[in-house]
Amino acid sequence: MRTAFFATVILAGAAQADTPVLTVLAPDYFGSSWGPGPAIKDGFEARCGCTLDFRTGEVLPRLMLEGARVGADAVIGLNTDMTLRARETGLFAPHGQDLGALTVPVEWEDEVFLPFNWGYAAWVYDKTRVENPPTSFAELLERDDLSLLWQDPRSSGSGLALLLWVDQLYGDEAGGVWQALQANTVTVTASWSEAYGLFSEGEADMVLSYTTSPAYHIVAEEDDSKAAAIFEEGHYFMAEVAGVLEGAAEPELARDFMAYILSEDFQSMIAYGNWSYPSALPRAEWPEVMRDLPFPETAIFLDEEAADARRMPALDLWLEGMTQ
Amino acid sequence: MSAATARLCTLWAGGVVALWLITLNFGALGAVAWRAEGFSALRGADWAAVRFTLVQALWSAVLSVLLAVPLARALARRQFTGRGVLITLMGAPFILPTLVAVLGLLAVFGRGGLVNQGLGVVGAGPVSIYGLHGVVLAHVFYNLPLATRILLQGWASIPAERFRLAASLGFSPWQMFRQLEWPMLRELVPGALLVIFLICLTSFAVALTLGGGPRATTVELAIYQAFRFDFDMGRAAMLAVIQFALCAGAALLAWRVSLPAGLAGGMDRPVQRYDLGRGWLDAALILLAAMFLLTPLGMIVARGVAQVPGLPVEVWQAAGRSLVVALGATGLTLVMTLALAQAVLALGGARGAALEALGLASLAASSLVIGTGLFLLLLPVTNPRDWALVVTMLVNAGMALPFALRLILPGLREVVATQGRLAEALGIHGWARLRIVTLPRLRRPLGFAAGLTAALSMGDLGVIMLFAEREGATLPMQLYRLMLAYRQDDAAGAAVLLLAASLALFWAFDRWGRGRAGA
Repeated sequence: MRTAFFATVILAGAAQADTPVLTVLAPDYFGSSWGPGPAIKDGFEARCGCTLDFRTGEVLPRLMLEGARVGADAVIGLNTDMTLRARETGLFAPHGQDLGALTVPVEWEDEVFLPFNWGYAAWVYDKTRVENPPTSFAELLERDDLSLLWQDPRSSGSGLALLLWVDQLYGDEAGGVWQALQANTVTVTASWSEAYGLFSEGEADMVLSYTTSPAYHIVAEEDDSKAAAIFEEGHYFMAEVAGVLEGAAEPELARDFMAYILSEDFQSMIAYGNWSYPSALPRAEWPEVMRDLPFPETAIFLDEEAADARRMPALDLWLEGMTQ
Repeated sequence: MSAATARLCTLWAGGVVALWLITLNFGALGAVAWRAEGFSALRGADWAAVRFTLVQALWSAVLSVLLAVPLARALARRQFTGRGVLITLMGAPFILPTLVAVLGLLAVFGRGGLVNQGLGVVGAGPVSIYGLHGVVLAHVFYNLPLATRILLQGWASIPAERFRLAASLGFSPWQMFRQLEWPMLRELVPGALLVIFLICLTSFAVALTLGGGPRATTVELAIYQAFRFDFDMGRAAMLAVIQFALCAGAALLAWRVSLPAGLAGGMDRPVQRYDLGRGWLDAALILLAAMFLLTPLGMIVARGVAQVPGLPVEVWQAAGRSLVVALGATGLTLVMTLALAQAVLALGGARGAALEALGLASLAASSLVIGTGLFLLLLPVTNPRDWALVVTMLVNAGMALPFALRLILPGLREVVATQGRLAEALGIHGWARLRIVTLPRLRRPLGFAAGLTAALSMGDLGVIMLFAEREGATLPMQLYRLMLAYRQDDAAGAAVLLLAASLALFWAFDRWGRGRAGA
């Protein structure tokens, strides 16, 4: 009896050993059944003959705390505002993919980090409350009839995007811009969830979110009352990236996973799986709802070095303007 | 077991708990500072955060306790149907996860909330909840129930015999207050002020969300930002030290003004009051407090209750996991608190006071620093992620211990003072003494402490985020996941589930504690 039991365990173990496992470090949202995780897992496993195991949690802190001991082959879900620090850990290897297939609106020549989705920061409003949304950042600053909700740049990625957005548009004049925004601001929250939650409960007319946010409400809730205000100055570009870890136990599989990220199969899931734009799919091939959303003409983006250089001076202006 | 052996056991058990608390509060901080290779300098905005933190915490603590005194007195004096349920429900805000509580408050006081709708009807302009007053309002909403319960315990601890004696001596209501209630308040109020001050000192998302902007940054938020924005662990550690220093200063102050009440024993009869004046004032007080505390809860339930049956299955699984964590943390907290409290009394004097202070230290600790520090401490030994739920349980127990200690220590002190000599004379020591003499008399604070721990642990999001793996999500984590995925309706449903589970746990333990006394 006991022998039989052990034999079963050993056989099961052997069967498992035959199937290689690709371990991918991912943000917490990959762990839920309603996130993009399950579809990506099924899609990749169908072609790799392996098991894809998402290890979810706070990606950057783990990389920085654990270093080489992090025990994963690849990473997915780092934001563009984190890539510099992630790169500086020295834990990453080249992704080995041809970047010609990318359709992101900025030049992307990074050999280490591969964008898998992207979006624009934008002020999202409720059409039933705001009849004539501002069409430029300048107009937003002049209007005094709109109440705003947004995120602290020191604790939120979208908040940081707004900081750099204003920095790029107004430079040293940003202090006055923040003062003007402050006058119409309901509150600044620590993270996106809180601000968007308050907006959903009707606490303000506009919330700092993404141009893609209305797609969720249209597709999942059949509610077309939410829209993003498109500004003629352009919008700040944000992407989420993936990368291969230097110490990967399965480097081949990890690179296959990078190739899979650029595949049509993966890219066509992104729009509704992650409520953002696919990174390697022409706009004409996006799902209809996403394609029909108002789309900014101009992308504003600072590469990680430039963003890092502007971060602190811009933050000082922000603090000055906001606490006056 | 001889008296000497019993004493030795007590000290050993207390020592083990003390060691864990030191690891949790100082070891973790040390690990972060060590990893950062020292502390780094603070920025100007950090000092603004320190200032704001102190101001809001002071206002919040003073107002919460000031309002709690008449409320607790009214509740202690009156008997009415549904009183027990009302007391339990009124405790709910304290155990709510921040985000849920804030949404509930906004449904009442927000731009489109009930208050502003009412003001709109009578033609008055809208009132904004955002600003320092909003932060204080939220903290009073949170902590008024705690302050009330602490003081209610105080009223319940005055033996019924004294009120009878006072009445037979013809005391006026004022004399009754001066002779019986004032000494109790004098003992408990400084502690209640301190606990609430410390809770508000480490406030995080409430302060920013309702504070209106960066002017309302607290130290705990600055710690989070040091991690998130700069990944500057040195600055995070430095800020954590400052937070500790602020808390230690406050604790010292409270300890200096707190006086032991010099209690004598009674027979545990139900209290009958002889100084009941007109009832309408008490009734109005209770009604107002109930409206303030319960309307936001009602709004949360109304918003999400319809979604509960349709919640994804993993939300239910997470609820089960949270339940296990909560129960585990509760068991640990009670054992640790009893061990520590016994050791505090066995040691006595300055050493006892030092041990007691250590028991309160986790109130001052930053859960972010604790989480990161424990992660760093475990890293050389094992894979921290394999221990996510165990670590969460242990940390939650450590975080709840200050409350439990505050509740259990006065009771234990009284048991020792009133029954100690008799037990000594009868030669009852150690385990037998605990079982026969001590525990039955501590049932009420034990039940309350257990309920509090279980509920707090249920809603905790502190350390789990760094440790948890995909399969290990707790209910608060799922709530955030739903919000991140735009699923506001499901999130509202999960909030109702969380509220219900926390309340049910709290109610069950508290009910057990109040037993047949029913008060």
